[in-house]
Amino acid sequence: MIQLYNVSKVYDNGVPAVSDISLRIAKGEFVFLIGPSGAGKSTLTKLIFREQLPSSGQIFFRGRNILRFGPREVLQLRRQIGVVFQDFRLLPRKTVYENVAFALEVIGRSRKEIRERVPAVLARVGLSGKEDAFPDQLSGGEQQRVGVARAIVKRPLVILADEPTGNLDPDTSREIMDLFEVINRDGTTVVIATHAWDIVNRMRKRVVALENGRLVRDEERGSYSYGA
Amino acid sequence: MALNSLWYCTRQACISLTRNFWLGVASAAMIAVSLIILGAFLLVAVNANQFMRIVESTVEINVFLEDDADVRDLQHRLAGLRGVEEIRFVPKQQGLQELKKAFGERHDLLSGFEGENNPLPDSFRVRAERAELVPTLAQQISFFPGVYKVRYGQEYVEALVKVTRWVNVVALGAVVLLGAGAVFLIVTTIRLSMVARQDEIGIMKYLGASNWYIRGPFVLEGMVVGLAGACAAVATLGAGYYYLVVVLERLPLLFFIQPVTDPNMLLSIFGGLLGLGLLMGGVGSLISVRKFLQV
Ligand SMILES: Nc1ncnc2c1ncn2[C@@H]1O[C@H](COP(=O)(O)OP(=O)(O)O)[C@@H](O)[C@H]1O
Ligand SMILES: [Mg+2]
Repeated sequence: MIQLYNVSKVYDNGVPAVSDISLRIAKGEFVFLIGPSGAGKSTLTKLIFREQLPSSGQIFFRGRNILRFGPREVLQLRRQIGVVFQDFRLLPRKTVYENVAFALEVIGRSRKEIRERVPAVLARVGLSGKEDAFPDQLSGGEQQRVGVARAIVKRPLVILADEPTGNLDPDTSREIMDLFEVINRDGTTVVIATHAWDIVNRMRKRVVALENGRLVRDEERGSYSYGA
Repeated sequence: MALNSLWYCTRQACISLTRNFWLGVASAAMIAVSLIILGAFLLVAVNANQFMRIVESTVEINVFLEDDADVRDLQHRLAGLRGVEEIRFVPKQQGLQELKKAFGERHDLLSGFEGENNPLPDSFRVRAERAELVPTLAQQISFFPGVYKVRYGQEYVEALVKVTRWVNVVALGAVVLLGAGAVFLIVTTIRLSMVARQDEIGIMKYLGASNWYIRGPFVLEGMVVGLAGACAAVATLGAGYYYLVVVLERLPLLFFIQPVTDPNMLLSIFGGLLGLGLLMGGVGSLISVRKFLQV
């Protein structure tokens, strides 16, 4: 699904955020990108989403080199990837329903499709009955559920989440991670950047560890610990 | 899909317009002012043009005589000129008569100039065969003895051309300056709208919205502002021009000015102004969204 070959990213200010990373993520995988703050996790997710371009190396999505994509293909790429943010990024003046519907609206889906899909997705993330609430009337966990609903409503092939539990307490974090696991079980590839080691250890998923921009470990059913 | 997007676009544009209402009004007013000047300038230009064409096509030369001129001798000389088609002697009483006619209802204004008090000289009215012969003929005639003054329409045209050249420069300069100012105001208006929706725009990009989907409402907003300004300008100009035409028709003193009332000409001027307003709004908003949307 996603392949990176010797990818490096040096920001304009000279900071080498990602150095010579090669990585394959297969369809349907559940992958944690872990590492301390500043390790390059966010940068890596931005590279996959083509929000940033690498300084060197190649990135493939479904066998196609995304660095060669024109604007239309970049849009297509982004429509196949659902993103979830640490700070949720919901629109405060829209209701839960409208926030999720927005994801379909902006890519031009029909009203009929929106009317069918949105309630189903909200039910799936456990938010039935909250359709008309505004984000500030929800708990952090609920807000992130809206964020997840918004990411999956367009049925993306990949979910890309950058510290999705960074603003949540441990119990709520666990619930959100369980939600990702359910989504992954239906065949969606899930990539989560996090430094929440307790959760990572508990879930026994593939773990790709970064340190100072380098890939230091890549383990199936891995755990989060430092050192060789 | 297209319909949904159009609906979204319109709704967002309306929301933005109400949010930045006064800035929108200011931008529209600025556009209106620049278009009014441009329009007024165009109206003057087409009228001057028509006036010049009428004057230029007249082949008549007025030859005013000294008091002691030898009319018979002059008549012979005039008849001997090449390119003269017709010569008519206009004694001063008749000249006054004709002037009174031109004054129409207000001929009483001339009542003090009867008989002895008539300030007009006797004159000849010479018709040339063709309009382009007029300047040469006029010059030749001016050297004849007993000729006080020679007058013909093209003289006025030359003076008018000189004046309009300056008017053109000043008016066009003003239009360009004001137009640039108006576009700048639109850019500012749209930028404010975009700043107000910055978060939303950021999220839309992550959700895979196309640039045009994001830009659409802002471009529409700019075009609405531009069109509103243009409508105000056309309404003002239309009313003003109509009033002027009506007044001119009542004012016999200006009998020689026939304002342009050709509906095709006027419609194309007003239509052009509307299009230009739309264009200014569109261009202004495009400048705004282009800078803002670089990913
Ligand atoms: N936009 C940017 N411009 C310059 N440097 C950046 C930018 N984003 C991140 N960095 C730097 O790149 C390194 C990796 O950052 P990041 O990818 O955010 O790591 P992580 O998400 O693992 O904390 C850090 O040193 C950070 O300061
Ligand atoms: Mg980060």
